[in-house]
Amino acid sequence: MSALDWITQVLEMVVALAAAPALLGWVNQCRAWLQNRRAPSLWLPYRSLHKLFHKEAVIAENASPLFRIAPYVVFGAMVLAAGIIPSMGTRLPLVVSADAIALVGLLAAARMFMTLAAMDVGTAFGTLGARREMMVGFLAEPALLMVIFVASLVSSSTALPAITEHLASGHLGLSPGLAFSAVAFILVLLAENARIPVDNPATHLELTMIHEAMVLEYSARHLALMEWGAQLKLFNYVCIGFALFLPWGVATGHIGPVGLLVAIPALAVKLAAAGAGLALIETVSAKMRVMRIPEFLGTAFLFAVLGLLVHVLLGA
Amino acid sequence: MLLVGCIALLLGWTGIGLAGLLRPRSVVLAGRFLFPLGALLGFALAGLAAASLLGGGIERLIVPLGLPGLPAHLRLDPLSSVFLVLLGASSGGISLFAGGYFRAGEGAPPGLLCLQYHLFLASMGLVLIADDAYSFLVAWEVMALSSYFLVVTQHRMPEIRSAGFLYLLMAHVGAICLLLSFGVMQGGSWLFTFAAMRAAHLSPGWAAAAFLLALIGFGAKAGLVPLHVWLPEAHPAAPSPVSALMSGVMLKTAVYGMLRVGLDLLGPPVWWWGLAPLILGLLTIFYGVLFAAVQTDMKRLLAYSSVENIGIVFTGIGLTIVFAGSGMKAVAALALLATLYHCLNHAFMKSLLFLGTGSVLHATGERNLGRLGGLIHRMPWVAWLMLIGTLAIAGIPPLNGFVSEWLLLQSFLFADHLPHEFVNLLIPMGMALVALGAALAGYVMVKFYGVIFLGQPREASLAQAHDCGWLERVGLTWLALGCLALGLFPLQVIDALGAVTRQLIGAVVPQASPHWWLLAPVPGRPVSYGPLVFLTATLAVVLLTVFGVRLTYHQRVRRGPAWDCGFGAVTPRMQDTAEGFGQPIRHLFQSFFEIERELPAPADRAPRYRIAIRERIWRLAYEPISGAVERLANTAARLQQGRISIYLLYSFATLLVLLAVALLS
Repeated sequence: MSALDWITQVLEMVVALAAAPALLGWVNQCRAWLQNRRAPSLWLPYRSLHKLFHKEAVIAENASPLFRIAPYVVFGAMVLAAGIIPSMGTRLPLVVSADAIALVGLLAAARMFMTLAAMDVGTAFGTLGARREMMVGFLAEPALLMVIFVASLVSSSTALPAITEHLASGHLGLSPGLAFSAVAFILVLLAENARIPVDNPATHLELTMIHEAMVLEYSARHLALMEWGAQLKLFNYVCIGFALFLPWGVATGHIGPVGLLVAIPALAVKLAAAGAGLALIETVSAKMRVMRIPEFLGTAFLFAVLGLLVHVLLGA
Repeated sequence: MLLVGCIALLLGWTGIGLAGLLRPRSVVLAGRFLFPLGALLGFALAGLAAASLLGGGIERLIVPLGLPGLPAHLRLDPLSSVFLVLLGASSGGISLFAGGYFRAGEGAPPGLLCLQYHLFLASMGLVLIADDAYSFLVAWEVMALSSYFLVVTQHRMPEIRSAGFLYLLMAHVGAICLLLSFGVMQGGSWLFTFAAMRAAHLSPGWAAAAFLLALIGFGAKAGLVPLHVWLPEAHPAAPSPVSALMSGVMLKTAVYGMLRVGLDLLGPPVWWWGLAPLILGLLTIFYGVLFAAVQTDMKRLLAYSSVENIGIVFTGIGLTIVFAGSGMKAVAALALLATLYHCLNHAFMKSLLFLGTGSVLHATGERNLGRLGGLIHRMPWVAWLMLIGTLAIAGIPPLNGFVSEWLLLQSFLFADHLPHEFVNLLIPMGMALVALGAALAGYVMVKFYGVIFLGQPREASLAQAHDCGWLERVGLTWLALGCLALGLFPLQVIDALGAVTRQLIGAVVPQASPHWWLLAPVPGRPVSYGPLVFLTATLAVVLLTVFGVRLTYHQRVRRGPAWDCGFGAVTPRMQDTAEGFGQPIRHLFQSFFEIERELPAPADRAPRYRIAIRERIWRLAYEPISGAVERLANTAARLQQGRISIYLLYSFATLLVLLAVALLS
């Protein structure tokens, strides 16, 4: 492990921290353009975060310490996750200690703390959000795991960088198993990041909200951390998608400064394309009823299992 | 001699139990003195067994106990040692807790409870070191009976008596299967020592029959679907330390038995034997976790969660046998390791959770989730320690539940290229079910923890709830520390377990990394997990965030009423109840449940909503069987008229028949 590896490691987290709000801003901008609205500034999420950090925090009278710890845990988990996903380089010292299964566990930890915090104040909306989030999670989490397992079987490792290196070096295009899991992954990404058609990030309407219901009791810096955490989550999921399905441009092997010079613009281009694609999906689809969500995610789970079966059957 | 030490400790437990009878009504003698002493013996037993495990040797002893000419054979080998460590270490914590928990006026007097409790412990120990079928079955029976008496501690309640009866019945159905299984395994030598069974050469058919009988027998004890029905009845009925002991330790004796028979006594296993525990195990995971999600009684919820965890363990056993039978020793050792690791984990985390529900029950008098809430303010010790158990059982890294799940998933992942096409297709389905089970367990545990400890108190009486006493805290803390240690130092645990995999499989899980903190069980493949680094990194990032926010921004905080979208009047009734939180699962998997609903009509003056969920298996299997048994018994009962003349007639008829037989032959 050289110093450069550690620099890449820290750089990945810092870039994620810096770029995550911009990614959300970009998605919102694209959505506005597609819907013939005037687009908000790309920097709006940064300004919102800045504003929230400066406000005075109001906490419900009966909130327990868990409520105050949770935003830090959720945010920390997402930052750490950004360090495990090879978005720019594959020589990440932390990955040795945390493979893709641990990554899914880390995301699950964030989910548990978020839902527990949502139940802590004991309001109707909080528990409603927690219940719905767990309903999304119990299907999305195994689906994500199955998607990762297809890639693990292809490259016989559960470490994401090893998977990325194998897939990037391969002559293979998309193997049939991976094609199925790519579909599953997109569905999981939409559900996990509270996007349309599963959740609407732009509404506080009781009938539909999931993520917003959970963070309803938060304000000021706690809310800022939760929101930044959510933006990081979107960034992380998109980067997991790149690592599994679009590994090109990532600096494999011992990257020098040159490798990074290539990796950063490559990541920016991929993020821009993914953000535009996400906006397109959100524009052309309609929000589902809440009880239809399990069907949607069940489809994702089945696609992922199918991908695994296809992989085993074809022996690819 | 470590074995002699172990026997002395088991006798010590029996002595402590008998000492309880000196002053049976004294809470001070039993609670403050005998139970903590029993805990010390438990820790000593764990220490001795750990020494034997690290030594890796086998000790035998023949004790002239029991019938003349039938001495008891005892043996301490690595497999026994692991389970003795489990028994000693987790029962130590449970006994400490029990010292603070049992009080006067709870059914049986404390001295009697102390006797039953320590006999239960000693019999479990004897099951683990027995080396012949006689002593094994005698110990097995003592274990079943002593735990039966513990379950029916509050025997004045009819539902507890019926739960106890169901438990006793299932225990004996299992015991009969075990008896038959041992009968088959002696293989015509009529020697019932385990050594003779290892030497016996059974035909493939008989070996499979013995395996199947053992699977039914041990499966009934462990709670394998469809033989799990006693678990959700007996666990809530028993006092909490007993539930903890039954769920955390007793279920594991069945796992021990299964491993002993399947991988040791029957010789090298045949791969397709493994399919039965594998498929049943996967079914059990899914079934257990679904029912856990819809429970409203906190101890029933945990009982179903135990069913799920037993499913994980049996899945591991099935995989081990499939791999070992196919000659893939390295992966078989990995699967066996995952199985043993999960047993250890479950002993700690489930005991912790069951004991915590005991504290909640004592503090509030409520087992129903719908009448709890907000206890994190009133019972901070219990709540924060239970949070560790909750996260651990939900498989959150870097706690212990994650390690065994990680190992199990790795053994699934590297199972490709099995020589059997059908099994190759079964493996992905298995992985999917294990992953789904783990995620659903997260759902269950959020419901469990959130409804009990978070939110607003659902009843006014909860304001009087008090935290647990100091002995209970020590017990809970010990178990929570166990969860942490098993999660953070997997390599050291795996090293110790190596003796078992070497004994049963003939291979050890290699360590492919030079670092003591990095778990890398598959050489040649970049697969690793380092919980200590994981924890350090998480803590570092979280603390950096905390300090970053503190340094950069002001820290003003104001307390105010809950916002709730400006809704105004927020009452505790508006929170999700346990039924409400489980509703998505109930809705999605309707066909699994037998649901009975009572919905209020729009004009009801006193609207009442009630929902009862039963397992379909009662109607599909158990009720027809019990009906058939009853009909058969009624038919047979016609012979019994209760009049002496009829019985004399029977004797006369028998005499005539015998005379006729004698004359004709």
